Amino acid sequence: MDFLNALVLLGNFVLIPAISYGSQLALGALGITLIYGILRFSHFAHGDVMAFGTMAVILVTWWLQGMGVSIDPLPTALLALPVGIAVAAGLLLGTDRTIYRFYRKVKAPPIVVVMASLGVMFVVNGLVRFIIGPDDQNFADGARFLFTVRDFKEATGLDEGLGLRWSQLITIVVTLAVMSGLFWFLNRTRTGKSMRAFSDNEDLALLSGINPERVVAVTWLIVAVLVTVAGTLYGLDKSFKPFTYFQLLLPMFAAAILGGMGNPLGAVAGAYIIALSEVGVTYAFRKFFQYLLPESMEPSGLMQLLSTDYKFAVSFVLLVFVLLFRPTGLFKGQSI
Amino acid sequence: MTLRHASYFLLMAVLLVLVGVLQSWSVAMGLLNMCLISAILALGVNIQWGYAGLFSVGTMGFVALGGLAVVLTSMPPVHEAWSAGGLGVLGGLAIGVLAIIAAVQVHRRMAKGWARLAVQAVVVIGGFFLYRAVLDPAVDAIEGTNTAVAGYLGGAGMPVILSWVVGGLLAAGAAWVIGKVSLGLRSDYLAIATLGISETIVAIMKNEDWLSRGVRNVNGLPRPVPYEVNLQNNPDFVAWAQSFGFDAVEGSSIFVKACYAVIFVVVLALIMWLSERAWNSPWGRMMRAIRDNETAAKAMGKDVKKRHLQVFILGSAVCGIAGAMLVTLDGLLTPATYQPLRFTFLIWVMVIVGGSGNNWGAVLGGFLIWFLWIEVEPIGIWAITNLTAAMPEDSGLRAHLLDSAAHVRLLTMGIILLLVLRFAPRGLIPER
Repeated sequence: MDFLNALVLLGNFVLIPAISYGSQLALGALGITLIYGILRFSHFAHGDVMAFGTMAVILVTWWLQGMGVSIDPLPTALLALPVGIAVAAGLLLGTDRTIYRFYRKVKAPPIVVVMASLGVMFVVNGLVRFIIGPDDQNFADGARFLFTVRDFKEATGLDEGLGLRWSQLITIVVTLAVMSGLFWFLNRTRTGKSMRAFSDNEDLALLSGINPERVVAVTWLIVAVLVTVAGTLYGLDKSFKPFTYFQLLLPMFAAAILGGMGNPLGAVAGAYIIALSEVGVTYAFRKFFQYLLPESMEPSGLMQLLSTDYKFAVSFVLLVFVLLFRPTGLFKGQSI
Repeated sequence: MTLRHASYFLLMAVLLVLVGVLQSWSVAMGLLNMCLISAILALGVNIQWGYAGLFSVGTMGFVALGGLAVVLTSMPPVHEAWSAGGLGVLGGLAIGVLAIIAAVQVHRRMAKGWARLAVQAVVVIGGFFLYRAVLDPAVDAIEGTNTAVAGYLGGAGMPVILSWVVGGLLAAGAAWVIGKVSLGLRSDYLAIATLGISETIVAIMKNEDWLSRGVRNVNGLPRPVPYEVNLQNNPDFVAWAQSFGFDAVEGSSIFVKACYAVIFVVVLALIMWLSERAWNSPWGRMMRAIRDNETAAKAMGKDVKKRHLQVFILGSAVCGIAGAMLVTLDGLLTPATYQPLRFTFLIWVMVIVGGSGNNWGAVLGGFLIWFLWIEVEPIGIWAITNLTAAMPEDSGLRAHLLDSAAHVRLLTMGIILLLVLRFAPRGLIPER
């Protein structure tokens, strides 16, 4: 019984939050890794584009809520998602047309394109703050809990409970759907295969008649889907604040690098590793050990390795540690 | 420097004078002081990026360390806190450092394999718990002493100007450790690693209350210049200020800022002189050779890794000095204000716009971008007020636009960066 209680406790406070956070990171990291593989630069504006797409979703959600549209128990934001994706796609294709395409044509070194993406980061960040403001925005509606901690306790008779929020369930389901769709696309369709060919060897791909502009456009479209979905899920799960989204850049990049830049599977694995360690290292394990250990050996302290404010440090330390031993990430990645 | 480049600086001076005439001389002097600090920061980043091509976006961390140095050097020590837990904290930190050194030694001395991994794990994990066991009670004791005003160890009680040197040294020391670990990484990987380090440094400063009171801030830092209040009570000064047509309050504010400006100009000139000397020396040529072709430089027998570490430390030290100057100017340390957009990426915009690889360009970029960063906001508000004047008073859109005008500056910075990258990729004053 104690063992079960300990497991449930761990599930409620570590596993479920880490899996839903990891799913959101994974979608973001997939975008970063795709851009790195195909366009060959680190996209620093990623967090801000995510905020931009999510902002569009929020505005449409508010409009729908005002019209009285509701799909209870699901959040209205899911209805607004296609519009948000379209807006993000417009933004990404627009920046590509006006900014990045020029550098592709003159074959500028990757670092120059990274600088340009810093410029885009500033512009998009400014736009988001200009339109929706720098404050927290809440747009989640619908039912909050699928089942609460109390429901679980009553149903199972355990001392510890496990609650599952709708936002967490939606995150996991949507992430699974988007990821399997993406991997199916990359591995099975003609366009997906040409994207992978382009990523592996640009010259050979061009030689075999692949249209580079088309590959690039498709990549941006996929990235628009990934960032908007990731941003909306994160916003539903926690809340929307432009600065927080900008800060997500670090764990998303850490995930992509950890898994090996340019390797989609690696990005997903890296994201879950980062999320699990961020939540795990900052969780107080005292109660968990109280269940597992006999009374005489019970810990006196909180058994918390680091305070929660150090979560950025966790992703960074993990990143450096892995890179020291495997310079191109856990799964073999590219390096430009 | 050609006539054209000199005219850029002249234009900058005219802009600052214009602010003095149109807004107020006190605002103009404040702006000048921040421009000087920004110029030093830009020089620091230019040393890393312009000289050696290191893509490090950890500037914020070194600026924050410089700020911490001011507290550690110039605040009076809190004796109760030292007796409550000073030894414990020092002991805990020593244990932490020893554990890391031991782990590194194990890595070097033992043969590769599971045995080494196991010993390392024991050393690191055991060391961590021992460190927490010694440190935690000491930290609780320190934070418990007189929490409202102190609750930290205080500083060394030395003159505040000395803290600028200490800030540089502290940043250099941190850069040595960070560089040792991360300089082997490829360009983009290095960027993310340094971004993470800077966030970590700021997180430490926000959370370790025993060190610098964390988010409760340290205020009332000593100043190297006279206080306004003392000047206003001095009849001689008041009479002197009135001879220029200023009242006592404005005159004292301008005078204090002018004192800072004189000190900052001296520091900037010193760093500028050293940077130019370095740039024109054989060492500078070697750095550019490494930047332009690492493989060729290696073939010529240059130790690329060591040079990179050297230039990383030098650039970080300059950023640390600027960080210490900034906190001295503000008179308070507020860790929550360190944000990457403002303290890392904005500095990068300065270097790129000014001209990377040219010290004069970096200085000009520091001046120009800081000027715009501050002045775009009032200009934006002015423009929006005029544009929306035709709208009805209670228009929701008008209110929203006026509220949002403050965010125009981020937009402007991005557009400037993109335009410069596209049409003048080498910056306003390009590398010679």
